Amino acid sequence: MMDNELRELYQQVILDHNKSPRNFKKLDEANHHAEGHNPLCGDHLDLYLQLENGVVKDISFIGNGCAISKSSASLMTSIVKGKTKEEAEQLFEKFHALVTGKLKNGEEIEALGKLAVFQGVQEFPARVKCASLAWHTLDNALHNKEEKISTE
Amino acid sequence: MTTEQKIFDVQKIRKDFPILNTLIHGKPLVYFDNAATTQKPMCVIEKEKEYYTSANSNIHRGVHTLSQKATTEYEQTRQKVMKFINAERLSELIFTKGTTDSINLVASSFGKKFIKAGDEIIISHLEHHSNIVPWQLLCEEKGAALKVIPINDKGEIIFDAFEKLISEKTKLISVVYVSNSLGTVNPVKEIIQLAHSKDIPVLLDAAQAVQHFKIDVQEIDCDFLAFSGHKLYAPTGVGILYGKEKYLEEMPPYQGGGDMIASVTFEKTSYNELPYKFEAGTPNIAGVVGFGSAVDYLNTIGIENISLYEKELFDYAVKKLSAVDKLKPIGTAEKKLSVFSFMLEGIHPHDIGTILDFDGIAIRTGHHCTQPVMQRFGIPATARISLSFYNTKEEIDYTADAIKKVFEVFG
Repeated sequence: MMDNELRELYQQVILDHNKSPRNFKKLDEANHHAEGHNPLCGDHLDLYLQLENGVVKDISFIGNGCAISKSSASLMTSIVKGKTKEEAEQLFEKFHALVTGKLKNGEEIEALGKLAVFQGVQEFPARVKCASLAWHTLDNALHNKEEKISTE
Repeated sequence: MTTEQKIFDVQKIRKDFPILNTLIHGKPLVYFDNAATTQKPMCVIEKEKEYYTSANSNIHRGVHTLSQKATTEYEQTRQKVMKFINAERLSELIFTKGTTDSINLVASSFGKKFIKAGDEIIISHLEHHSNIVPWQLLCEEKGAALKVIPINDKGEIIFDAFEKLISEKTKLISVVYVSNSLGTVNPVKEIIQLAHSKDIPVLLDAAQAVQHFKIDVQEIDCDFLAFSGHKLYAPTGVGILYGKEKYLEEMPPYQGGGDMIASVTFEKTSYNELPYKFEAGTPNIAGVVGFGSAVDYLNTIGIENISLYEKELFDYAVKKLSAVDKLKPIGTAEKKLSVFSFMLEGIHPHDIGTILDFDGIAIRTGHHCTQPVMQRFGIPATARISLSFYNTKEEIDYTADAIKKVFEVFG
């Protein structure tokens, strides 16, 4: 019998993206790249971004991490593809608010679509960094900061 | 001593540790993170409280009654630790903040006096970051070089390679006694004998050793020994550096301040005698007093009894857990104790840690501050169970079942 809270954290969508991550490859056409690292648990990812006229034309990642960080990166790449830089930034802001428990409005949470599966993370302060690593890395790639980013 | 007398009653022991009654997510706590820190017996907790309620004062200063009482209790711990590791002199025992502080003391002070450009320091691939980074900082400052003893696929140091690393340039060897991430017990006697045949001093990081078996510093003949109180059932923030007097006398002070001086003028300061030369400022007196109580507690149980019980428990854990399907133990040294590091096929250790926590099981997941060990095995992290004498076979059975449930979550 699995606890409800645990089921909230490890939702089917998360387990599915962990098992078969989308956009899990190096992107040869990338014109932006950033590296993300969580020294606490050793999670690591490389994010590749093809940005054209302010629009995310393509995006991919490769790396190593727990189910939360890997599925978060996978879902993120699926969702920001085709979005403008500004839209991606707004999503990051909302996502961050969601996993830190600051997004209370049900409609706003719903508007996040599939990303809402990460709502359960707010109950696990130690795992917030896992969920947000990919987004911090995306933020860096969007702003073309080449330096390695760390969630510590 | 008969066998019957050696075996202790673990249920009785567990009553000494109030935290073991805690419920986590509604389940009884199974505390398997003892290599990170051990829980504290009631006598240690009470001792700290008693100190603050009846003896609190500064040490080595006042003539008033409380100051003398505080000083006596503080110094009694030094005597207890001296006996515990069979050191020859009180002057060879320095109170520090912990293992990291002890190693930094040697790196800074021994380094200042004895390490020059072109010299070499040897460590092993098994080291905790606290026995890597202080030496890197020193080598960088002095233009010295750090040499690393490689390990094999089981997680044991390769002794032949160690022999080849030693040269006339080697000025110090600093190795871990028991690996915190793999549980490997290093052949420290052989290392020390070989080092001493070439007049090279050896520092042992005993942070994961001193709580598990009897260490006799005169018998193993190490030149420095570093360990923490908090992994030895004592409060956090206190530790020990044991050092042979012949080195400590030659070494300059680590920090300047009160208590470490004999006399101060603006022209010249002369330093206090050992061990006070290395104890600048007001220390963690309550912690040290609690430390003394922890040593008393361990003596009452008997460190030999602890070793016997923990060996039986560890052998049981290795057998039981290794039998779990799709579980891969990391580090399979012939001589191992207390630490069982593992991976589950297709599941990241961090997820294992979160899921086991729901069953009340506290384990460590991550690189355990030994990133080079993780790199050696080509993995980002492991899940680690580390045992204490208050753990039971029932807890291991319960954990083996809980690990099977991790696979259920991941389908």
